[in-house]
Order: sequence, then structure tokens, then C-alpha cells
Amino acid sequence: MRPDLEIIQQWVQPGHHVLDLGCGDGTLLDFLQRERGASGFGLEINPAHITSCMSRGVAVIEQNLDTQGLGNFDDGSFDVVLMTQALQAVRRPDKVLDEMLRVGSEGIVTFPNFAHWRLRWGLTLNGRMPESDALPYKWYNTPNIRLCTFKDFEALCRQKGIRIKSRRVVDGQHQNSWLARLWPNLLGEIAIYRITRETE
Amino acid sequence: MPDSLPADSVGIVSPQTYHFDAPIDLACGQTLENYDLVVETYGTLNDNASNAVLICHALSGHHHAAGYHSTDDRKPGWWDSCIGPGKPIDTNRFFVVSLNNLGGCHGSTGPSSVNPRTGKPFGPEFPVITVSDWVKSQALLADRLGIECWAAVVGGSLGGMQALQWSLDYPDRLRHAVVIASTPRLTAQNIAFNEVARQAITSDQEFHDGRYYDFDTVPRRGLMLARMVGHITYLSDASMGEKFGRELRDQAYKFGYDAEFQVESYLRYQGERFSESFDANTYLLMTRSLDYFDPAYEFGGDLSRALAAATCEYLVLSFSTDWRFTPARSEELVNAMIGARRKVSYAEVDAPWGHDAFLIPTPRYTDIFNAYMDRVAREVGA
Repeated sequence: MRPDLEIIQQWVQPGHHVLDLGCGDGTLLDFLQRERGASGFGLEINPAHITSCMSRGVAVIEQNLDTQGLGNFDDGSFDVVLMTQALQAVRRPDKVLDEMLRVGSEGIVTFPNFAHWRLRWGLTLNGRMPESDALPYKWYNTPNIRLCTFKDFEALCRQKGIRIKSRRVVDGQHQNSWLARLWPNLLGEIAIYRITRETE
Repeated sequence: MPDSLPADSVGIVSPQTYHFDAPIDLACGQTLENYDLVVETYGTLNDNASNAVLICHALSGHHHAAGYHSTDDRKPGWWDSCIGPGKPIDTNRFFVVSLNNLGGCHGSTGPSSVNPRTGKPFGPEFPVITVSDWVKSQALLADRLGIECWAAVVGGSLGGMQALQWSLDYPDRLRHAVVIASTPRLTAQNIAFNEVARQAITSDQEFHDGRYYDFDTVPRRGLMLARMVGHITYLSDASMGEKFGRELRDQAYKFGYDAEFQVESYLRYQGERFSESFDANTYLLMTRSLDYFDPAYEFGGDLSRALAAATCEYLVLSFSTDWRFTPARSEELVNAMIGARRKVSYAEVDAPWGHDAFLIPTPRYTDIFNAYMDRVAREVGA
């Protein structure tokens, strides 16, 4: 199993009701349903991904976060709201975070770190917009329109009074190296955050 | 029919009539003492009867959903695009049941059938049948066929309402409900269109308060007008524009009121053909049944509460240019399902054909339908 999924599944309890924003082909929800006895929905806009979800038996709703939001979901109707590798692709990540923690008691967010040393290096040395395994697009066709660093994200959470319950930093292969733990904003490629508005 | 049967056709099929002797109590308070249902089936029921799929028809539909009745047929059944070997409702895997609903005019007991009490056609005495009544009669048919639980109940438009009603009335008797181009209730505009259609029929001099059979006539003009109005609501502005534009039958205006535009002659032709093959009282009944459908009504308008009883999984599909039952109506249904924590998948398919899109196999529609039904088949071991 992909190490990021391994980490995420540990944070989903059996029977949890889960909403997965930008659920892709449904791999994660399928896994959580089968292995953790979770229930829930995925939201997706890519037609091929929607079809894959249906094929897998993952409940998927065609819904665009940018234009439709999450207004059709009631407050606190999910135990966990997931968003893997999609925060950087929405128009207003700050509003999406608010909505995630309105409809769910806990959020799990993963995104690529724009301050990773290889990206910094690429920009410094080549003077070109950086590309990497996690960010394989050209500047003009990338769906990733809201890139940020771990520090940026954490500052936004502080500003919004969102509590970070845990953070795991992994490299491009989703390995959890000790170096990335030591200097996450420089050496971590992808972070997995567990966030909530609830107090301890 | 084409010169040879297409490989993905169910081939030559013949309907069967099932007679029911036990009286059926209807929502309106009346009872039908006995009745017939005309049924077609495609494919084979497996040993544990787990692979049965029920097809529910729409306003003007009937039991003949797929294949041909004879080699002389020009066209196959009304949903042949989706039912057959290798098609979304794959008859190599599923046992497909398609019936003409009660109140219909294609062989099942309806207003044009003979009332055993009087020896004359029921006419206006035939009770108004609701979606719930249909579902009840379909459940009795399932008993007769030895089907305890449907793998899926599938329908478009009014057929989708039946699929939804199944999940509420008999939650243990279906695994999946596929609700296509449908709505949890009609809007005022929908009811208004139905009322125009009914007025067209009942104001026809040949209607005779619904007893036209006794006068050996039919309210042909009224039925034609009803169909013309209905037909407009099944198409989109764009698809009508594409098909007819402002094209004239002849080169120039004639400064009269005959059918000069192609769209006029098309609508008249459709209306006339329909009026020759459909019963006016059945049309009144079907439109009224549409008007009354509102499963949330008993729950103070709260559709989520109505759905609390359901246990099946749902596929809901809408079409971008459908203005009869818009995507917003499907989303209303989906949101109620989400609220009730029912398992539902939803997609809005981009298609230019308006409400009729549910009958036309576009790539995305077919992909989704295939993927979903393939999974249903795997789930029931078909």
C-alpha cells in the first residue's frame, strides 16, 4: 500500500463516515470501506475517475468544489473529511478548509510542499518554474494554481484557529525519512495533516 | 428490422400475459378485482434468482423495451440501446423483466379494457393509478416470477420514480435503484404542462367524458395536441434548432396557417402517429400519476426522512439540457439521499437532446451505465 494511504487509514476509525474531496479513481475510499469498515462519499469532476469509482462500488458524486462548494452537506455530518493532493488545485483553499471543518469534525489534508529543496534549487539555478514528480506540469497547464509551503499552510491554520492534531512528512516516494522529519519544509515533499476545530 | 439481427440484440421476443385473480387495493381507495399484466423478459434467471433486473417504463412506454416482435418490425423496443448482450443491461448476465404498467394501453389492464362488472370498457371508471400502486403490482409480478430480490430496478423519467418508490416501499426487495432523468416530485411548471395536455384531450368533442369507446370514436385531435405539447418538453431548444432550425417545407412563406415550417410538420406527424396508437384515458391517467408522485409528502415534505426506510444503493443520472426534469431536480434527490446517509452515486451527463437523452446512448452515459451495472452483476454473481 502507498505509505500516505497507510498513514491516512490509521486516522480513520471503523464505522467512520468519510467525505473524500477530489476522490480520484476511488482507491482510498475503496480501501477505507473494505479495510476499515468506513462509509461515505467521494466528490469528483473527472469523468473517467467517476466511472472508475462506480466500477469499484465507491459512492461518488459529480460535484465541483470551486463552483458548487459543500453547501449541500449538513454541519458535522461526517467524522472525517479527506482531501489528498487537491488543496493546491482549488480556487480558494482557505474557504475549502473552513467548509471541510464545518461538515466534518476532522480533516485530513495532503499537498505537495513548494519549499522542497529540489524545487527551490530548480528555481534558483535554472530560473524556471520548478517541476518534480509531485508537480509534473508546466506553468501554463498546471491544475495546481494555489501552491504553498508547509509553513504557509500552518500559518493559515493558526490564523483560522484550526488545530493541527498531527503532521507526517514524506518524500516523493511517500517514504517517511528521518531527514524529512528534521527539516520538513526543506526536505519534505508531501505532508499529511490531520486538522480539527475541536479543542483537546 | 435490419436485414439480419444485430449481434447485440436480444432478437425476436414475444410478450406474455400474466393474469392476477387476487384483488389489489389502490391508493385512491378503490380495488381492482382482477387484472392482467403484459410482460417481456430477456436473458435467463439464474439458479438463486439473484440476477433479475426490473425495467420501469415512462409516460408513453410499455413492455416492449428490447428486441423485435417480428422480422417485419421497423424498430426495436424503446430501450434497445441499453438492453441486450454486451449492453449496459447485459442480457448475457441479467434476467430482464419489462412490463406494461396497470392503466396502460398495450395489453395490461387499463381504461380501454373491458370492465367485468359492466361488460363495457372501463373508460372514466378506471381508477387513477399511482406510482406506489404500480410498484405494488410489480412486486406481485416478482412473486409470480420467483424473484425475491431484484439486483436492480431501473427506469428513466416516470420509470425512475418507480425505481425510487421501490426502494421506499420494498426496501428488502432490491439491491440497487437506478434513477435516470427523473425527479422526486413535479414542479408547478411540470404540472402545468400536464394540465394543458389533459385539457387538450378532455375538450375534444370526441372525448365524450371518457366514454368514446361506446361511440366508436377516439379524441384524436386532443391526443395529438397533448403529444405535441409533451414532445416539445422532451427535446431541448438546441436539439430542435439543430434538427429543424427555421427550415421551411417549401421555399417561401405562403402567408397562411398550414404547416409551413419543418418543425410544425414534424410535431403534427408525431402527434398523429401517437394518437393512432395510444389511449386517451391512459394518457390522462399517466399524467395524473406523475402529478401525484411525491414520496416526501407523508413526511412533511422532508425527502431525507422518506428515504430513511431505504437500504438499497442508488445511481442517479441527469442530463445537462433536460429542462423537463433538470439536473437540479436530480441533485435535490441526491442531496436528500446524502442527508439520509444512503449510498448514492451521481453524475450529470453532458448531452444536447433534452429529456430524451436518457434514450440515446452517448459515450459517457453508456460508460457510466456499463460500469455501474457491471458492478451490480459482479455483486450478485451474474
